[in-house]
Amino acid sequence: MYAYDEIDRTLVNERVSEFRDQVKRRLSGELTEDEFKILRLQNGVYLQLHAYMFRVAIPYGTLATNQLRALAHVARKYDRGYGHFTTRQNIQFNWIKLAELPDALEDLSKVGIHAMQTSGNNMRNVTSDQWAGVAPGEIEDPRIWSELIRQHTTLHPEFSFLPRKFKIAITASEHDRAAIKIHDIGLKLIKNEKGETGFEVLVGGGLGRTPFIGKTIKHFVHGRDILSYIEAILRVYNQYGRRDNIYKARIKILVHELGIEKFSREVEEEWQHIRNSSLQIDDEVIEDIRSRFSYPNYEKLPHMPDELRQAAADADFEAWRKNSVAPHKVQGYSIVTISLKPIGQPPGDATADQMDALADLADKYSFGEIRVGHEQNLALPHVAKRDLPALWKALDKLGLATPNVNLITDIIACPGLDYCSLANARSIPIAQELTRRFANHELANLIGRLHINISGCINACGHHHVGHIGILGVEKNGEEVYQITIGGRADEGAALGNLIGPGVKFDEVADVIEDVVEAYLALRERPEELFIDTVKRLGVEPFKERVYATR
Amino acid sequence: MPLVNGGKIADDSFVKLAVDTPLPESGNVLVPAERFIAEADALLKRAGKVGVIWPNNRDIDELVPHLGKIAAVALVFPTFRDGRAYSQARLLRERYNYRGELRATGQILRDQFVFMLRAGFDSFEVKKQADAEAFMQTAKRYSVFYQPTGDGRITALHRRMQLRHSEGVGT
Repeated sequence: MYAYDEIDRTLVNERVSEFRDQVKRRLSGELTEDEFKILRLQNGVYLQLHAYMFRVAIPYGTLATNQLRALAHVARKYDRGYGHFTTRQNIQFNWIKLAELPDALEDLSKVGIHAMQTSGNNMRNVTSDQWAGVAPGEIEDPRIWSELIRQHTTLHPEFSFLPRKFKIAITASEHDRAAIKIHDIGLKLIKNEKGETGFEVLVGGGLGRTPFIGKTIKHFVHGRDILSYIEAILRVYNQYGRRDNIYKARIKILVHELGIEKFSREVEEEWQHIRNSSLQIDDEVIEDIRSRFSYPNYEKLPHMPDELRQAAADADFEAWRKNSVAPHKVQGYSIVTISLKPIGQPPGDATADQMDALADLADKYSFGEIRVGHEQNLALPHVAKRDLPALWKALDKLGLATPNVNLITDIIACPGLDYCSLANARSIPIAQELTRRFANHELANLIGRLHINISGCINACGHHHVGHIGILGVEKNGEEVYQITIGGRADEGAALGNLIGPGVKFDEVADVIEDVVEAYLALRERPEELFIDTVKRLGVEPFKERVYATR
Repeated sequence: MPLVNGGKIADDSFVKLAVDTPLPESGNVLVPAERFIAEADALLKRAGKVGVIWPNNRDIDELVPHLGKIAAVALVFPTFRDGRAYSQARLLRERYNYRGELRATGQILRDQFVFMLRAGFDSFEVKKQADAEAFMQTAKRYSVFYQPTGDGRITALHRRMQLRHSEGVGT
């Protein structure tokens, strides 16, 4: 956990009081809606179909239990008793009142939570691996660097009015759980041959209506230079990124139009001017940030405690353990993923009561720490293996033990037409129907790892391009039509999916997906061949033939 | 449109000229970039200071050779969501050591003052009277800054280092 110091707290408080003044000026008419819009977006406030939506930052997906309780409090006091976790490790509240927003922000500020730059054309919440600091084989904890970058990008005096939003993600593992290749800047923590920490820097990834996989702009940037290098990228983008058309304003378009070679030369030239400036970070600064991260005092525990051995007789427990429990870097401990994808429910939602109860469980079993992942699930990062059976029982009571992590019902979906003013089609009902179709755990397990991502419009908040199966809702002649792609992925092998055929109507989506899955089960070489690997081996055609043969 | 200069509402000593306005014999003038580039010698020969209005899509490099001779640079925010001039301002101040007046023009609201001060602006054509009047109060709204810029305000990282070292003395 990172603990805010007086300096961080002061800034958050100053921001809250500024926003209070902005809301007051809006309510009195001193600010027009046009003027206020930019200011509220800088504080995570959108105007949606039915109400204001409030997006709160959870930097690099790490939460302390008092913070989770504060989110529950906001859900209860200012919203309708629930919150929605997003694909960028944030949480959204959908029914907030403008006049109450400053109070909600103030309540959150008391536990070091804010909503700065969770929307708007600025540098967004820095995201990272939800298993940061606990994943086996990690190079080092990427949250130290995430926090450094979070601070540097917060209220940046030069880059708060960029051509478009700007997202940075960091991973320190070979297996990329932070989807860095679909970010404006993706950072992969690596060591050079001298053993020094640095980053492979990727740029220009992103989804939306023109999706691109990020390209490597520099193979190694030393840790001490990372802020100046990011600053150089941003400075080039701020000056030359397109501002004439919001659909061409992301950095990916600039990189594409200039070409990565020319773009990287521009960045390099700018960087040479500033790399030896006060942006250079010395070890002491890093150590200072590191010192405000606390780590648990792990016990020396056996690899296979008796409690776990005994519980193995319970088939339901075993199903959950095999699905939701992952190895931890410390012997005797596990990382537990908590599925927010119960059958028939909207993906990523949690009630205030669930949040409170989960905070209690995290205090009891996970050293007071909770993580949020971009797949819209939560995790308890430090659970002693001996506690797994007890934790499972408690989670099950809360409806938080659905054993479907990484399975076909672990669906990523945007809010879609049920909430969002940009959407053309519904997302949540599609997700709900699919979870019902594949509710049988044996079946889901037989299918194996399969990610379905659903977006209700071309803006791609549901990351449909990089779903193993991607579903994109569009509007055609006043009707919702869904385009289906297969073969996308968001990890270290990131790729964009390919269309398998003509769009289908709302009522047909689940049938088509069932056919796609059936085709996969028939086409796979062996049970261990994952859906994504079968698509890679065979391409789209055999799927297309089978799915559209009778349509 | 009130001008804030030196922290308070002030009279504008500059007269803005269009591309084709006849040049007055004396007095301070602010001229558009294209006119300045075309007529630099004639402009600089007369009595009175010269300032230039530099658009946010024109490379600042072109202005650099003239910086020693001009008294003001006015950068432009066509809307406050267009932040290109923040980069231009920092380059002028931090890379090219420009020390004359650096003026923010266009859609300027109180909500940008802190960013602009940090980027090196020292004069502001503010859209609304109430915002101009609130300048001093708004400028002091923040006391914590995470990024180093040419304005010399101490950064959070730096303050922490100072705190660490001062704490270290007694131990």
